[in-house]
Amino acid sequence: METLNYRFEQGTRRLTAPPEVVGVVGSGNLEVLIEPAQLDGACTIEITTAAVGFGPIWEAVMRDFHQRWLLADTRISINDMGATPAVVSLRMDQAVQTMLGDA
Amino acid sequence: MKRHVSYQEASARERLQQLFDPRSFEEFLPPSARVISPHLAQLNAPVAFDDGVAVGRAQLGGVTVYAAAQEGGFMGGAVGEVHGAKLVGLLRRAVADKVAAVVLLVESGGVRLHEANAGLIAVSEVMRALLDARAAGVPVIVLVGGSNGAFGGMGIVTRCANVVVMSEEGRLAMSGPEVIETANGVEEFDSRDRALVWRSTGGKHRYLMGDCQRIVADDMQAFRNAAQEAVAAYAGQPAELTLEALEAEQQMLDDRLTRFGTLPDPIDIWTAMQMPDAANIPMLDVDSFIAAAASHRQGA
Repeated sequence: METLNYRFEQGTRRLTAPPEVVGVVGSGNLEVLIEPAQLDGACTIEITTAAVGFGPIWEAVMRDFHQRWLLADTRISINDMGATPAVVSLRMDQAVQTMLGDA
Repeated sequence: MKRHVSYQEASARERLQQLFDPRSFEEFLPPSARVISPHLAQLNAPVAFDDGVAVGRAQLGGVTVYAAAQEGGFMGGAVGEVHGAKLVGLLRRAVADKVAAVVLLVESGGVRLHEANAGLIAVSEVMRALLDARAAGVPVIVLVGGSNGAFGGMGIVTRCANVVVMSEEGRLAMSGPEVIETANGVEEFDSRDRALVWRSTGGKHRYLMGDCQRIVADDMQAFRNAAQEAVAAYAGQPAELTLEALEAEQQMLDDRLTRFGTLPDPIDIWTAMQMPDAANIPMLDVDSFIAAAASHRQGA
């Protein structure tokens, strides 16, 4: 297992809905827990993954995610079981869309 | 007409949203509480924020019930220490709050072997809490329709309930197919023979044997209706497991062994039960099957 942490500043979109979880911790899948949190305007992402050694790819996927949504004061926690980058992006978008009520 | 929604294909959380009244499910210990397994992290294994089960309060046709749904996608729905404790807590709270019923959406391979004794104890505590709930007058309804079925300790928990509702796709047994093959050889049970697996453990055989009380199509609305009817049927009725019921159950199992103990395949059993066109039973849709089974099924 490997734990990765990212923190993105300069987000503008704040979420107000209660925490949501999407996805399942199954093979090739992941769960994304998304919550509003007082983080001085930042969006933090903590990833616990069964696939060790993919830090640079995670970082690229998280950077893209942040550019898509520009979240602020949001905590995202991920339990991953070897999901591909496309599945990760899909689940993260699903999590945000669920929070925004248009999933 | 409402769109057909597969119960089997849905995740645990989708089932809770779609089976109960819209937006009525209020979760106890939600994922944001992060009550996770203390054992899996030590084994360097992935954890889930809900430990594979969601528990809470919901409305079913306007009636408040307590509900739990196991997520088969996370370790086959296996019961670890936290997972089991959430089920136990739900059942105990159901007694304290005197709710109309507890509805368990079971999908589990049984004990989570990673957690060894803690998992075994957790499952036995679930059984005890379930029987305590029944003794206190809270009926327990179990729905079995997920891909992982209800096996091992959760198979026993299922059979402790007042009412078991299954789909043909749902499976209910003690040892799973691979376990039987490993322990007794492929001649005894070929776990790769999917048709044999479903004939032996699937909803139709369980319904004919009297191990489940209702069989429904793999449809969310059908499961919802069956659960709602089961809750309504127990309103104001005793839910306790009595000595007489246990003795009747024992008698049913004795009779089963005597009548069918030497028959190698469920089709032979259905033939011995004089089910018409026994070999064709797996092909019947649920309504034709229920009609064909009506005067033959055990425990009816």
